[in-house]
Amino acid sequence: MKRILSAFTACFLLIFELLLLASCDSEQETKKQQVKGTINVYNWGEYISDGSEGSFDVNAAFTEATGIKVNYTTYASNEDMYAKLKSGATGYDVIIPSDYMIKRLLDEGMLEKLDFENIPNYKYISEDFHNPYYDPTNEYTVPYTYGMVGIIYNTSRVDEEDTGSWDLMWNEKYKGDILQYNNSRDAFGTAMYRLGISVNTENEEEWRMALDSLAEQKELVQSYVMDEIFNKMESGEAAIASYYAGDYLVMSENNEDLAFYYPEEGTNIFIDAMCIPKGSKNKSLAEEYINFMLSAEAAIANAEYICYASPNTLVRESEEYIEYMGEDWLELLYPENMDFAKEYDKNCYKSLPSETLALVNSLWEELKIDSTLGVGIYLSCIGIISLLVVWAVYTIIIKKKRSKYY
Amino acid sequence: MKTLSKLYTALIFIFLYAPIAILVLFSFNASNSTGVFTGFSLQWYKELMRDSATLEALKNTLILAVLSSLIATVIGTMAAVGIDRMKNRYVKGALISTTNIPMMNPDIVTGISMMLLFVFVGTTLGLDNNLSFVTLLIAHVTFNLPYVILSVLPKIRQLDAQLPEAAMDLGCTPMKAFFKVELPAIMPGVITGMIMAFTLSLDDFIISYFTIGSGFETLPIRIYSMTKKRVTPDMYALSTLIFIAILLLLILSNVTSARAEKKMKKK
Repeated sequence: MKRILSAFTACFLLIFELLLLASCDSEQETKKQQVKGTINVYNWGEYISDGSEGSFDVNAAFTEATGIKVNYTTYASNEDMYAKLKSGATGYDVIIPSDYMIKRLLDEGMLEKLDFENIPNYKYISEDFHNPYYDPTNEYTVPYTYGMVGIIYNTSRVDEEDTGSWDLMWNEKYKGDILQYNNSRDAFGTAMYRLGISVNTENEEEWRMALDSLAEQKELVQSYVMDEIFNKMESGEAAIASYYAGDYLVMSENNEDLAFYYPEEGTNIFIDAMCIPKGSKNKSLAEEYINFMLSAEAAIANAEYICYASPNTLVRESEEYIEYMGEDWLELLYPENMDFAKEYDKNCYKSLPSETLALVNSLWEELKIDSTLGVGIYLSCIGIISLLVVWAVYTIIIKKKRSKYY
Repeated sequence: MKTLSKLYTALIFIFLYAPIAILVLFSFNASNSTGVFTGFSLQWYKELMRDSATLEALKNTLILAVLSSLIATVIGTMAAVGIDRMKNRYVKGALISTTNIPMMNPDIVTGISMMLLFVFVGTTLGLDNNLSFVTLLIAHVTFNLPYVILSVLPKIRQLDAQLPEAAMDLGCTPMKAFFKVELPAIMPGVITGMIMAFTLSLDDFIISYFTIGSGFETLPIRIYSMTKKRVTPDMYALSTLIFIAILLLLILSNVTSARAEKKMKKK
């Protein structure tokens, strides 16, 4: 017994020792390269070329080139990131939120001005992305990726003639085959583009119209999902969904039947951009990192890995990139004859005032909670609990009575 | 009736293990699809070995789990011994309930209140980093503690109170009596507590999510952050490996306790 126990403890300690050794090793390694400092980068999950599947490891290459260590952590949504920053977590040096979140951060004074002298590679950013609405003076942000939402459908189950507009997602023929976003802004967005309402409206009436449209769609919808879209579309469990063009490209590799189009009524365009939050202790190192992300090697590797469109002209002109992506994919990611600035201004999500956000949230709840089911669940819960209480009281009374006799 | 009960058992096992079986199956998938199985390959295991960020997160998670479970075991055992020796029955009862509260408390409440505390203390002291590895460690030790106490306390109660007294009669100092007599006797409880703390700390998401600082990432948080795009299949490979490791650990601990019982019977 004792032997086994000590073996147990030894195992435990051994693991620990090994881990410590491992961490020492890596520290020593970086020391050899003369550590200039460490920066904390906070990015979306799976949003950088990280060396997997033989790709180029951007963070490792940055550390090698500059001697700056990168602590890379990830988040799942803009709102997660915002909550983390707001909660008082300091120490992040580079963050990569989407446009509307940047606007919000900027309005709340949470971003640091960039020193563009340290970011000479900014000159490679295409003109279209200069002075966007969220950063009109172009002092705070450097665009990282952009993209558009479209509709993905399964050609073996959807008739070609039904495609072309948002109406496909409301088509009763495909009842039970449609996926909708499990995210209020994007879900309302699909209805609002379809109805021709501005997605940034502050008019309650218009939001209610969108809600009615979503409610009407609800019985056609198989489920409300986010990343499960990949799974369901690839396996053919669902036939229609709207998602980002770049992600469609990834899905199409696993299921050749999938096809994609941009709805004619217009669709969401987003830009994700790099910025430095207030409180960063290593601003110049962070700027060095941003500059590195714009260099040809890193930008091309990221564009190929993420599959989203890149605002970097070096990427667009790179022959390696053009060959890797192929003509079809490029056409899809970078649609021609599109006045980008105009489309972007019309269709991007803007930061909504807090009253509108609250309204959207409550409308979303209204849609998701089935009122009849809700009451039923409450009633049955109350029923079960009251039965339990009655039973408990009954047993107590019985026990007391019995104890009297004995 | 017998076949019915067998069928019922089989169903329960299918429900419990089907998801894990699917996970293991897809970790051997040849393509990166999570919906279609295209063929057998070991590429995701290879991929996992090359994925430095995931390995870093795994290392962080393990360091955190080992450290927090060790610290919680030491503090928890001391606390259990102290609680057991209390004279006042009411204080003792109150103390046991108090230590159990963090266990009953929903994780989200623990997480948010810990975060508030750390940020408050950090800003009052004017620290650079309000949340860091240390805060995460404190949080993990805190939620591990009740489990250790809960598994050690019954062992101490089972212990014959005269044993340490006998040891002291034979010339042990109280300290020596504790380490030579009491501790070995309650060791199974201590080990159980440690293993429980280890696994809890390993898969905690909610509390870590709120108390984690910049520049540090644990595995559950990394996996969660992948959900905007997709969870890559090398995570399945990793989960499979972790599942096997936990399985081995469980078998080991069951074998130990079975052997100990046999020995007891022989005596």
